[in-house]
Amino acid sequence: MSDIKLKIKDREGVVHEVDAPTDMNMNLMEVVRSYELAPEGTIGVCGGMAMCASCQCYVESDHTLPDMSDDEDAMLAEAFYVQDNSRLGCQIQMTEDLDGLEVTLAPES
Amino acid sequence: MIKTDILIIGAGPTGLFAVFEAGLLQLKCHLIDALPQPGGQCSEIYPKKPIYDIPGFPEVLAGDLVDNLMEQIRPFQPTFTLGERANTIEKLEDGTFVVTTNKGTKHNAPIVAIAGGLGSFEPRKPLVPNLSKYEDKGVSYFIKDPEIYRDKRVLIAGGGDSALDWSIYLADIASEVTLVHRRNEFRGALDSVEKVQSLKNLGRINLITPAEVVALKGDDKLEAVVFNKSGDTEEEIIKQVDEFIPLFGLSPKLGPIGDWGLEIEKNAIKVDTFDYQTNIPGIYAIGDVNTYPGKLKLILCGFHEATLMCQSAYQRIFPNKKYVMKYTTVGGVSGFDGTKREAPKAVVKTID
Repeated sequence: MSDIKLKIKDREGVVHEVDAPTDMNMNLMEVVRSYELAPEGTIGVCGGMAMCASCQCYVESDHTLPDMSDDEDAMLAEAFYVQDNSRLGCQIQMTEDLDGLEVTLAPES
Repeated sequence: MIKTDILIIGAGPTGLFAVFEAGLLQLKCHLIDALPQPGGQCSEIYPKKPIYDIPGFPEVLAGDLVDNLMEQIRPFQPTFTLGERANTIEKLEDGTFVVTTNKGTKHNAPIVAIAGGLGSFEPRKPLVPNLSKYEDKGVSYFIKDPEIYRDKRVLIAGGGDSALDWSIYLADIASEVTLVHRRNEFRGALDSVEKVQSLKNLGRINLITPAEVVALKGDDKLEAVVFNKSGDTEEEIIKQVDEFIPLFGLSPKLGPIGDWGLEIEKNAIKVDTFDYQTNIPGIYAIGDVNTYPGKLKLILCGFHEATLMCQSAYQRIFPNKKYVMKYTTVGGVSGFDGTKREAPKAVVKTID
């Protein structure tokens, strides 16, 4: 297994190029937290259950992502700042297909 | 003034278990929580979700864990100030603390244990211009007294359980209930969704979906809500209402505790891992709200921290008393309510 590269734009607009492991069962929200790209307590509040939308992000590259679960879809229906390319980071598992993924973190709400 | 031995801020699993460990040391506890019910995140965010890393429980639902903890601490008669947020702390000359809530309730204790999790849950406010201008003038995020909506025209926004449940409840009280949601689908208990469907069919609830509130109108108080009905044609609709209740869930904020002079790092309170005391002697922080090298935000770690905190609190309250930790299997559990639980005595009998 190898690492993949991600481009993550934080809430201040700074772009970070980071390596994410694909063999650690990590999702995008956890990658953001591991690199501390958003302050603790403002991301991943529910721990990754698709129940808080604090890890909402906008997918900027044209990668094919796994389909949304009903939970994720319903949570985004109640979240703020939602756009057509919104996803919950906690529902995006790090896989080799996602090498080069580019995302922007949604504002805190 | 409410007086107690250990004042616990936050009634999540860590705060609740602290009551048990304090009780074993004959210390009484009072808990403050901003939510109307105990359990913290376990009750508010994921009551129906399973937890797999509580020692001795291969699987337990978060809501059941809270019920079990409430049962476990019942003999120690904890008291609660619920639905109020701890706002200020003051140290008295005798070394004890007074904590005052946002509603002015005062609590006095020699020990304060902050078990605040990620903070107190605050309503998530939708992005509507001038929303704050109408707060308490037609806009509210909680329904404290349903009677104030009697014979009023109410508009509720949101797509979860609370939006559904309050629409149902207020359909009997308000003169008119309108429910606006961005989707046609609602996320809630099946019977709530069906009830709203039937009330809609009866004309008792105006269901407007998919739609979103975009503006509020009114001079001194709320008079009308403007929403966008998406679909084939985008149109803006103005609806005369008396009350607008956005129900978009809650999000935790550290809040006023951040201004108590405690050392804060990464939105958490720094503690000494010897006894989980903060930089202010007598104030402890346990569970998800604290931080130290190697910290893990796990319920089981919160239980451990609560246990050591109580030992230290006991020493602080009774500096000259000798004490040795006793196993509950040996000493049993003597409640303040007069109940006693103990291991059954073995029978000593001769076998002929």
